[in-house]
Amino acid sequence: MNNFKVLVNGIIKENPTFVLLLGMCPTLGTTSSAINGMSMGLATMCVLIVSNFIISLIKKLIPDAVRIPAYIVVIASLVTVLQMVIKAYAPEIDKSLGLFIPLIVVNCIILGRAESFAAKNGPIASIFDGIGIGLGFTLGLTALGAARELLGTGAIFGISLWGEQYGMLMFVLAPGAFLALGYLIVLFNKYVKKA
Amino acid sequence: MNKLVVSLSPHVHSGDSVKKNMYWVCIALIPALLCSFISFGVGAIITTAISVASCVFFEWAINKFMLKNPKCTVCDGSAILTGILLAFNLPSNIQPWIIIVGALFAIGVVKMTFGGLGCNLFNPALAGRAFLLISFPVDMTTWPNPGQGFGTYLDAETGATPLAIMKEAFKSGNADVLKQLPSFQDMLLGNTGGCLGEVCALALIIGLVILLAKKVITWHIPISILVTVFVFSGLLNFANPVYANPLAELMSGGLLLGAIFMATDYVTSPMSKSGQLVYGVAIGVLTVVIRTYGAYPEGMSFAILIMNAFVPLINNKFKPKRFGEVPAKK
Amino acid sequence: MLVVLTVIAIVAAGVLASVNAVTAPQIEKINAENLAAGIKAVMGSDEIQVSEPWEKDAFVVYDIDDKDGNKLGKAVVTAENGFNGAIKVLVGFNAEGDILGYTVLEHAETPGLGAKANEWFQDKIIGLNPGESNFTVSKDGGDVDAITASTITSRAFLRAIQNAYDRIMAEKDATSGATKQVTAADIETPEVIE
Repeated sequence: MNNFKVLVNGIIKENPTFVLLLGMCPTLGTTSSAINGMSMGLATMCVLIVSNFIISLIKKLIPDAVRIPAYIVVIASLVTVLQMVIKAYAPEIDKSLGLFIPLIVVNCIILGRAESFAAKNGPIASIFDGIGIGLGFTLGLTALGAARELLGTGAIFGISLWGEQYGMLMFVLAPGAFLALGYLIVLFNKYVKKA
Repeated sequence: MNKLVVSLSPHVHSGDSVKKNMYWVCIALIPALLCSFISFGVGAIITTAISVASCVFFEWAINKFMLKNPKCTVCDGSAILTGILLAFNLPSNIQPWIIIVGALFAIGVVKMTFGGLGCNLFNPALAGRAFLLISFPVDMTTWPNPGQGFGTYLDAETGATPLAIMKEAFKSGNADVLKQLPSFQDMLLGNTGGCLGEVCALALIIGLVILLAKKVITWHIPISILVTVFVFSGLLNFANPVYANPLAELMSGGLLLGAIFMATDYVTSPMSKSGQLVYGVAIGVLTVVIRTYGAYPEGMSFAILIMNAFVPLINNKFKPKRFGEVPAKK
Repeated sequence: MLVVLTVIAIVAAGVLASVNAVTAPQIEKINAENLAAGIKAVMGSDEIQVSEPWEKDAFVVYDIDDKDGNKLGKAVVTAENGFNGAIKVLVGFNAEGDILGYTVLEHAETPGLGAKANEWFQDKIIGLNPGESNFTVSKDGGDVDAITASTITSRAFLRAIQNAYDRIMAEKDATSGATKQVTAADIETPEVIE
């Protein structure tokens, strides 16, 4: 499989949000607006690329019996670094994502890709897999965030289209997240995955 | 050639059909609609008309253009009924576009997504109301006062409903607040604020009598709900007078409307008689609990929706007896 | 395998320690700037001196002086349970107890409803004195219009400010030796019982 195929695979065939349905906690929790969804996706993508790279580098050094603890230590360290950097240099993102940044540690996409891809492939391919899956996740979260923001507040990326009084509040709240995700999965399966 | 039809048993048709039952329910709702017109004026009729028209339109359009189903499902009357019930769960001074959004949600999301009549897990009209209540809390909780003349629609003056008064009394711990409640006579005749279809207790009871007489529904679900609410709220009232009189609980809010017309929906209620009793008692308990301790003053719609989700489990536990089945000997 | 895990853990710890060393002062600086900006906003003045805060019960109180050292008032961090958890408000009072400004620091209220508290009350309570006006929502017979369809949030918000006011006024009375005794029980009893 060449690197380009690895990249596209992550965005379409194994899209983590719409096909694998992995990492549902941040997917449902942070997508109340398009910009929140996008920042969460990008933060996850950063961790994913670096963790894939490091794990594929050190995979031969780690004995099989302790690979999961070793992966977790690597991922948790990366997430903590990311959290400190965001707190220090992007306090606005920290404020809107809050608790969900440290929760990237337990995002099953990251451990899942470490186990199923980085542990079996070379560092370069792993980076491309990280970018592909990360982009797929970012696109999924941005789409969901945009749909919820549009229906819930009548705006998209903060630009008001038809006024907040016509927004359906439910889409900003938790039940709307489930509904919007369900319908987006339907659309994705019908139009993108089949194509 | 077609005179002899060969088919599997049963061969005797009871004369019951989806269509007939749906239309009888619609007829049973007419007294409540008339009362609502008297209380809230032309707004009640406009709201109902918009709701029915948009429900029927969405059902037809989804069936034709998205499901590409050649059979016309509009004629079975279920969309009309959903439209009436949805309107009955709205205040009569609500904006038309909100009704249309609610109808789209009820028919498009709750009913047709699951496969249309018979496949929906939740009662479409109630789910539509719950959606509107969460999405447009301001519009959905400004209730018109009754008796403002027949021309009243969007310009109606608004006030507190009996349920809001009850909640206030309980939250403040002051039983005197309950004195603001309308008299039983007003509540019986629909001279109080509230959703347009729920205010007139007498008209709803007439509807119940029609449905029972025509054997469209059996007594199990409505009576078990009403008795449970009466007993439970009676105990609360007995223990502490800040809880409202159980009769007032029975006649206020959507309790009668829900117990008679919504909880009894065939698709979303249990099949066996014993299952229906369990379902009814659970709805009654949940309603009082939500009314008393929940964030919203009204608990009926949420109670029914919650129990809708449990119907498959109830059906599994309380199976109807098979025809001709004899209990196994020990 | 013990060696490998130990090495990984040591390397990770080293990385974290060095990143923390770089970012910690920056985070501290941002927090301090946010607090200073918030206090300036709620006191309605840029030229202020903020003294070290003192904490009393659940309140954090900053004594504020103007640039010449005259007493300007107090900024108080106060919290109350709203519809969906605690609403944390920073509110500024002048020496008489008039509200100079406020900002909502933390909340989990419903978007589109209770979440409007940060904007909604700006033109409604600034300038009011919780001790003199009827500082409850109009539904309870007070002077302040509640956020539409968010009475619970509005009540909690006003109660948070009322509590902060009672707190600093009690402190003032205690220090000036006034006869009015405010006990802790008085303060914790909410103005409006929901």
